[in-house]
Amino acid sequence: MPIINIDNKNYEVKEGKNLLEACLSLGLNLPYFCWHPALGAVGACRQCAVKVFKDADDTKGRIIMSCMEPVKDQLRMSIDDKDARNFREHVIGWLMTNHPHDCAVCDEGGACHLQDMTVMTGHSYRDYHFTKRTYNNQYLGPFLNHEMNRCIQCYRCVRFYKDFAGGKDLDVFAAHNHVYFGRQQDGILESEFSGNLAEICPTGVFTDKTLKQHYTRKWDLTSAASVCQGCGLGCNILAGERYGAVRQITNRFNAAVNGYFLCDRGRYGYEFVNSDQRIKTPMVHHGPAEQSNGIPILEHVHHRIVPGKTIGIGSPRASLESNTVLKELVGADNFYLGVSAADHDLVSLSLRLLRQGPVRAASLQDAAAADVVLILGEDVTNTAPMLALSVRQAVRRIPVAAAQQQVHLAAWQDAAIREAVQDDKGPLFILSVQETKLDEIAQGAWHTAPDNIARIGYAVSHLLNDTIPEVTGMSEQGRDIAATIAKTLKSAAHPLIIAGYGGGSEAILKSAANVAWALHDLGIDAMLSFTVPECNSMGLEMLDGHRLESAVERALNNGVDTAIVLENDLYRRLNQHSADLFFSNIKSVILLDHLYNITAEKATIILPAGTFAESDGTLVNNEGRAQRFFQVFAPATAVQESWRWLLQVAAASGHTTLSSLQHLDDVVKYIAATYPQFDGITTLTPDAHFRLAGQKVPREPHRYSGRTAMLANKNVSEPKPAEDEDTALSFTMEGYRGEPPSSMIPFFWQPGWNSVQAVNKYQVETGGPLHDGNAGKRLIEPNVNGHTPFYTEVPEPYLPLKEHLLLVPCYHIFGSEELSIHTPGIAARMPAPYLLLHSEDAKRFQVTEGHLLHFMDNGHHYTLPVIINDTLQQGVAGIPVGLPGMQIAEAPQLIKV
Amino acid sequence: MFSLVRSMWLIFLHMFHKRETYQYPEQKAPLPARWRGRIALTRDPDGGERCVGCYLCAAACPVDCISLQSTEDESGRRYPEFFRINFSRCIFCGFCEEACPTYAIQLLPDFEMAEYSRQQLVYEKEDLLINSEGKYPGYNYYKVAGMAIQGKDKGDAKNEEPPVDVKSLLP
Amino acid sequence: MTNFWWIIGGVLFALLNTAAGLIWVERRMLALWQDRYGPNRAGPFGLLVVLADTLKLFFKEDWIPPFADKIVFVFAPGVVMLSVLMSFVVMPFGPHIIVADLNIGLLFFLAMSSLGVYSVVLGGWASNNKYALLGAMRGASQMISYEVFMGLALMGVVVLSGSFNLREIVEAQRTMWFIVPQFLGFLIFLVAGVAETHRLPFDIPEAESELVAGFHSEYSGMKFGMFFIGEYLGITLISGMLVTLYFGGWLGPAFLPPVIWFVIKTFCFILLFILFRASMPRPRYDQLMEYGWKVLFPLSILNLLVTAAIKLWLNT
Repeated sequence: MPIINIDNKNYEVKEGKNLLEACLSLGLNLPYFCWHPALGAVGACRQCAVKVFKDADDTKGRIIMSCMEPVKDQLRMSIDDKDARNFREHVIGWLMTNHPHDCAVCDEGGACHLQDMTVMTGHSYRDYHFTKRTYNNQYLGPFLNHEMNRCIQCYRCVRFYKDFAGGKDLDVFAAHNHVYFGRQQDGILESEFSGNLAEICPTGVFTDKTLKQHYTRKWDLTSAASVCQGCGLGCNILAGERYGAVRQITNRFNAAVNGYFLCDRGRYGYEFVNSDQRIKTPMVHHGPAEQSNGIPILEHVHHRIVPGKTIGIGSPRASLESNTVLKELVGADNFYLGVSAADHDLVSLSLRLLRQGPVRAASLQDAAAADVVLILGEDVTNTAPMLALSVRQAVRRIPVAAAQQQVHLAAWQDAAIREAVQDDKGPLFILSVQETKLDEIAQGAWHTAPDNIARIGYAVSHLLNDTIPEVTGMSEQGRDIAATIAKTLKSAAHPLIIAGYGGGSEAILKSAANVAWALHDLGIDAMLSFTVPECNSMGLEMLDGHRLESAVERALNNGVDTAIVLENDLYRRLNQHSADLFFSNIKSVILLDHLYNITAEKATIILPAGTFAESDGTLVNNEGRAQRFFQVFAPATAVQESWRWLLQVAAASGHTTLSSLQHLDDVVKYIAATYPQFDGITTLTPDAHFRLAGQKVPREPHRYSGRTAMLANKNVSEPKPAEDEDTALSFTMEGYRGEPPSSMIPFFWQPGWNSVQAVNKYQVETGGPLHDGNAGKRLIEPNVNGHTPFYTEVPEPYLPLKEHLLLVPCYHIFGSEELSIHTPGIAARMPAPYLLLHSEDAKRFQVTEGHLLHFMDNGHHYTLPVIINDTLQQGVAGIPVGLPGMQIAEAPQLIKV
Repeated sequence: MFSLVRSMWLIFLHMFHKRETYQYPEQKAPLPARWRGRIALTRDPDGGERCVGCYLCAAACPVDCISLQSTEDESGRRYPEFFRINFSRCIFCGFCEEACPTYAIQLLPDFEMAEYSRQQLVYEKEDLLINSEGKYPGYNYYKVAGMAIQGKDKGDAKNEEPPVDVKSLLP
Repeated sequence: MTNFWWIIGGVLFALLNTAAGLIWVERRMLALWQDRYGPNRAGPFGLLVVLADTLKLFFKEDWIPPFADKIVFVFAPGVVMLSVLMSFVVMPFGPHIIVADLNIGLLFFLAMSSLGVYSVVLGGWASNNKYALLGAMRGASQMISYEVFMGLALMGVVVLSGSFNLREIVEAQRTMWFIVPQFLGFLIFLVAGVAETHRLPFDIPEAESELVAGFHSEYSGMKFGMFFIGEYLGITLISGMLVTLYFGGWLGPAFLPPVIWFVIKTFCFILLFILFRASMPRPRYDQLMEYGWKVLFPLSILNLLVTAAIKLWLNT
């Protein structure tokens, strides 16, 4: 390891880094703007100037940009040198000449990198007395606010948006001292990752528009570490609350999962927590529980629980704790997984493949490090958006490595490497039902019916391993595709195979596993990534329970008196017909949920459940990584965690084992002891007795304001603050001020570092893991025993049938998810229901774009406007999933038109 | 020893000095203009609310007795949706006035705010807002800051150039 | 015999009212010397502030800290009241107004007033609080030290009058008040008296700015009130003794009854005590002890020797 000398002190640093990274990793303060650990260095802002010296005798030295200079053994440099300091102060003075000084009305204020760096350099008085340049702003959609006057031209936004996330509609315009960062004209930013601009931008040009609706400064937020509920990837987030409403979601760095970024669904999909459809009081027969005969609500519930005739229906969007407690309460025989048949089949198969096969599940960061990617049947951008961002990084691996060979520069030399790489892309192959957003960066993208995709998957695995039967009846083109893919995969070092619930087909999953396993048998470090629909789909599947359809059957056979429905809208799990049948054949429904939906209309008793912001719990993501999310704030209403409601119900009815459980730790310990598959979830976070220097970890920063006034309108005597008995976090600003364990960091802040960039101070090295490791624990590990259980039943090819269409599900990042559509901005970007048809099929059914096509599916009548999409295979029709008013997602099925 | 006797004598002589006490409440003491008394929210010369809801006063408050929620009108002008000061906690330190970037919050020479009930000491925005510019006449934050609001577009503020035409290729 | 009870009752009544009234007097006088008004709202001239203060003390929560030694804690404030009141037993307010005309009156006074230190020590100890304990320790050493030469200084008076009986001492001053031959003794007794009552500037056992309230930090309500009244009684006692021993007691021109002369003279000294408070800074603790042992102690011995020598010389 090289030794460098900074201000006459020797430090050991890591090879291959630049000086700025080295200094920041050592914990030294050096200002910067354009450099970002995920984006690399371009030396544009001139802010990180330091002085380097030839040797110990050199007193003059020369000023260089530390982000552009690689670490070299025995290098002598000075951060504190007078010239370097002067230089940095002047640079920021120049950057500020046109800055509008409107911090008071700027949403970034208080969490602004520009403010921090200005203070750090010591620039305090404005020397420039001439006029300021101004810009007009643009409308950029419902997520981001644009205020160009504040721009300091660091170029981070376009480097992230275009270069990193592959967006096309944000760019830099005009020239010299009035360059402009925006769109060609007003309009919604197209990228699914646009929200990251709010964190990437070191100042207030791009700010969170949903935050602006209920603006709160960072120092006033009560925050807690949480896990995104938007999809099955389990990205780490920080949720901030003020005055009883969640105000903002920001990224919580986790080097193994989401890194520095979030997708827009995750960042903005939180507003269901503040929705006016929230259930806030317990209700009996749709009236407040207090007015119901004066009997406590738990008694009402207890009376309705008839042993043997009570079933529990779990939920993939409820925590592991809630699901397990429900399962224990009703008994394993009476516990049903509240997921649709299709989702259950696909997720349980994914789990089986990951447990039985020799290939490990890839984390998001593993995926970004892959060199060859094969996507089977999945529209990743819509089903698991952050995985698409990882794939976009993966396709740069091979070209960047090649360019580095050529120009002999480190990978962080972003501009130079991009110049050398140009538009070269690494191998990415996509087989999907219709065109996807990633097609543009793919080496090959082909669109066909799900079964045909699976057939090509099988053909590829046959080419990799002879023991897998050959696919008969393949077309010439299919054989060519399989050959190309197999050839590239064979040469890969870390290939990644992606499939999942979006393809809607078990055959695709099996073929994907076959390919990965065959590669593994060849000695290649292959990885699998199976997407799952919801935040705890994998956890629920691991918990295991009966299929939801069997609950309906049991209800029809008068086997059910009471159903306890956990955080679930059964109309999104069953088709309307079955759901109606189910509810009409049981006596009472006890629902625990947070939003009033169709299922709530059928409920006899409703218990107000906490959302992720009002609950503690554990989720298991698609990789099998268990992660803890913490309650953000104590609600003023009767809302509490589902598992707590269920424990109270258990105590009221004298349940033997559950009665002794009270707090989160008790439940977690119980789960780990009872279910070996969840062994280890007790170690996710320190328990409730954990203390740092005898203190809890505060959820509020030390500058938190208004404590003695925020509730004074109700009563001038301040109430006692809520106490958190479940975790080692406190709901107040009192507590340990230093760095907490990585799994429970409530916000990133360090002296002098108020912005999100403070995360540097929490990392082992810039861009590296947090100080005591990445949060979360993998529960599923591959089964490497020398025997690979290949699948051999190749599906028949799909051929279009007359009068029939094969309906395949189409997922949408904005719209297909149940909770996020309560955010007005996301609802605005939700597509209207449609039917996707090939133009030939449209001709066949004599419709054109916009015409309404009528068909029937499982007794449900559909009349949908047609959209022509020629990337579909003929005879296949796409139908959006999860939109309000649409039916549930089912496996691809033939319908008669 | 002599100095002790001397100081005793001097103190004794104070018996015949004039008394400094103001016989409040019959006799009111003259308060200096910068007296830190009752807190008010002032208006700018155009009569608009000066407060832009930046939360700096709340952050500066050592007893955390200021609480507000900022919001904005259709034109982008920010103002507090509610603004509450709990005077039963206030220590009249004046930090809020010092922190205020818009001269909105000001401490006035008035201390006669006693109430029989503590609840009465919770002042809402309607109680705090006065129809005056207070100690800083003539100042208008939006005339200086770069945000566009109703009646003041980009480039109209003091020391600003007209907005850049992004599509122009002229040097 | 009835006369005796009348005297006891009268003395007790007068003393307690004086002590209470001093609350008002002290605050008014301090205010006067500090260019203020002092209590002037309740009643005429604010006189009812005495009543208000007393009522307040009665109605305040009489709190005994859980960590205190309860019996001693309750007992301590009584000691100061008792010892000071007992000292008044031998005080001649007039030619016949005296509770007990002891022939060792002066010694009885010294014995009783030195018992006062118990209240300070016990109160501080029983409070089980470090400030109280520090105050008590300071009080003990201060009062014991100053006791020594207080007694020695008075011996000059005894030498001159040839008696320990206070009435006889007063009678002995018919020709000349002892302030003239015993000026040095008077000064020493005055200083020692201030120290004995731990009044400012010698309020070292209390010393608000250093020890919160010293030995009575933990006291509240009427127990605190007893210390409070004890202090004022102490002032009255020392003032009365000064008058008796050095300023001819009740003696004075005949146009006023003797007892009035005594009261007027005593009141002047009470005012002097208050003026001390208004004008003098508190010395450091070690300075106080040094001053006592290294200056006042030798001086008091010198005073005794010189007085005795002159007396001897004049008699022979």
